[in-house]
This record gives sequence, C-alpha cells and structure tokens, in this order.
Amino acid sequence: MSDLTRDERPLHRNIHITQIIRYRMPMAALASILHRISGVGLFLCLPLLLYLFKESVLSERSFSSFQAITANPIVKIVLLGVIWAYLQHFCSGIRHLFMDALWGMSKDEGRRTAVAVFAVSLPLTFVFGLKLFGAF
Amino acid sequence: MEAPAEIGSKRLVVGAHYGLFGWMAQRATAVIMAVYTCILLVAFFCASEFSYEGWAGLFSQTWMKIATFLALASLFYHAWVGIRDVLMDYIHHTGLKLLLQLLTILWLLGCTGYSLLILWSI
Repeated sequence: MSDLTRDERPLHRNIHITQIIRYRMPMAALASILHRISGVGLFLCLPLLLYLFKESVLSERSFSSFQAITANPIVKIVLLGVIWAYLQHFCSGIRHLFMDALWGMSKDEGRRTAVAVFAVSLPLTFVFGLKLFGAF
Repeated sequence: MEAPAEIGSKRLVVGAHYGLFGWMAQRATAVIMAVYTCILLVAFFCASEFSYEGWAGLFSQTWMKIATFLALASLFYHAWVGIRDVLMDYIHHTGLKLLLQLLTILWLLGCTGYSLLILWSI
C-alpha cells in the first residue's frame, strides 16, 4: 500500500477531547477514569507525602512542625484530596482484582460493582475528612 | 488477504511478554500494598492516642522499616506500570512520551532514595 492511499483514509477517533464534557459516562466508565485520575494524582503527591511522613517520625521537634503544617487549612484540603484519591484507587483497585479473576464481568455487574466502589469510597472519604478537620 | 502459511509454523510470533510481566507485577504489588495498608491501620488503631513516641516507635522497629520499604518499593513499581500505561494511551508523540517516561523513572527513583533515607534515619 502506498503512502498516498493511506493519507486519503478518513481518521475516526472514538471521542475527541472537546466532546468529553457532553459525553454520557456510565458508572463503570466513571470508576475507570477516576481510577486513572486518582492514580496520577497520588503519583504527583508522593514527594509531599514522603516529606510529611519524614516530619512526623524524625524527632519530637519535627513532629510538632508536622502538626503545624497539617493544621493549615490549605494543606488539609490537599490532604482531603489525597485521602479521597487513596480510598477511590484502593476500592476500585480491589474491583479490578476481582474482575481479573473473572468475577463480575457482565455489563450489569460492572455497573453495580462500580456503584459499590463509590458507595464505599465516598462515605469513607467523608468520615476521614471529618477526622481530618477535627470533628471527632 | 490470507496470511502466509509459514507464520506460526516456521516462526513463533509471541512477543517478549513485557506487557504480561508489567500487568502481573502491577497486581502483585497492589496486593502487597493492600496488606500493608491493613497492617498500618491495625497498628494505628491499636495505639491509644496519636503521640510522637507511639508513632516513631512503630517505625523504629526493623521489621516495620522493612515492611514499609517493601510496601513503598511496591508502590513505586506499581506507579511506573500505571503511569507508563497512561502515557502510552494519551501521548502519541514518541519523543515527548519518552521524555515523560524518563522523568517518571527519575521521579520514582528519587522517591525510592528519599524513602530509604527517611526510614533509616528514624
């Protein structure tokens, strides 16, 4: 096949970036994309989390600086995001492991397990968030 | 069009299984991290209150340092497979993709070194 004929072929993409907002997302698709977004988010937050861990364990003095840093409302909001990302990624990761074992493979089960993931990750985020903001 | 008959009988076209290894490693590391998360949660909730002595004391034990390092090393390998997948799916420019993959490796190696430094300075 020559390059000329190849160039004349129309290119069909499934979805263009500008269409994403209007695109209907089934629950399973939402769980899938959020797994990626939470994973990338956690990857980017790694140095921050390691730094906070270092402050928390190094010495008595660094421990109080850890407490001061995490008392900052902006840091708290970032940490709430990290908590959500961790719980979301953890729960939908377990869903992935079950699907790898060929459990819950049908379209309907895929939707129901995606709903189950949100039903666990979101309330847990809420509880951890309450703890983070000092509600109990 | 019919495929030439030699393919498959004269030459086995199976690939190098790099993809399969990455896929398996991502699952195995996920299980390690999930187990470690449970260990950490149990240790955290068994402590009566969150104090420096209790927290640093937990990580001063050698078994905990090693468990933590294994969990973090698993995390970094898991993240490499995941980020590589994401880059392969969304970045179609070869040079940019290679650059971002290189930066990912450096980022994760940096995190590995930092983790070792932190864990063995407790």
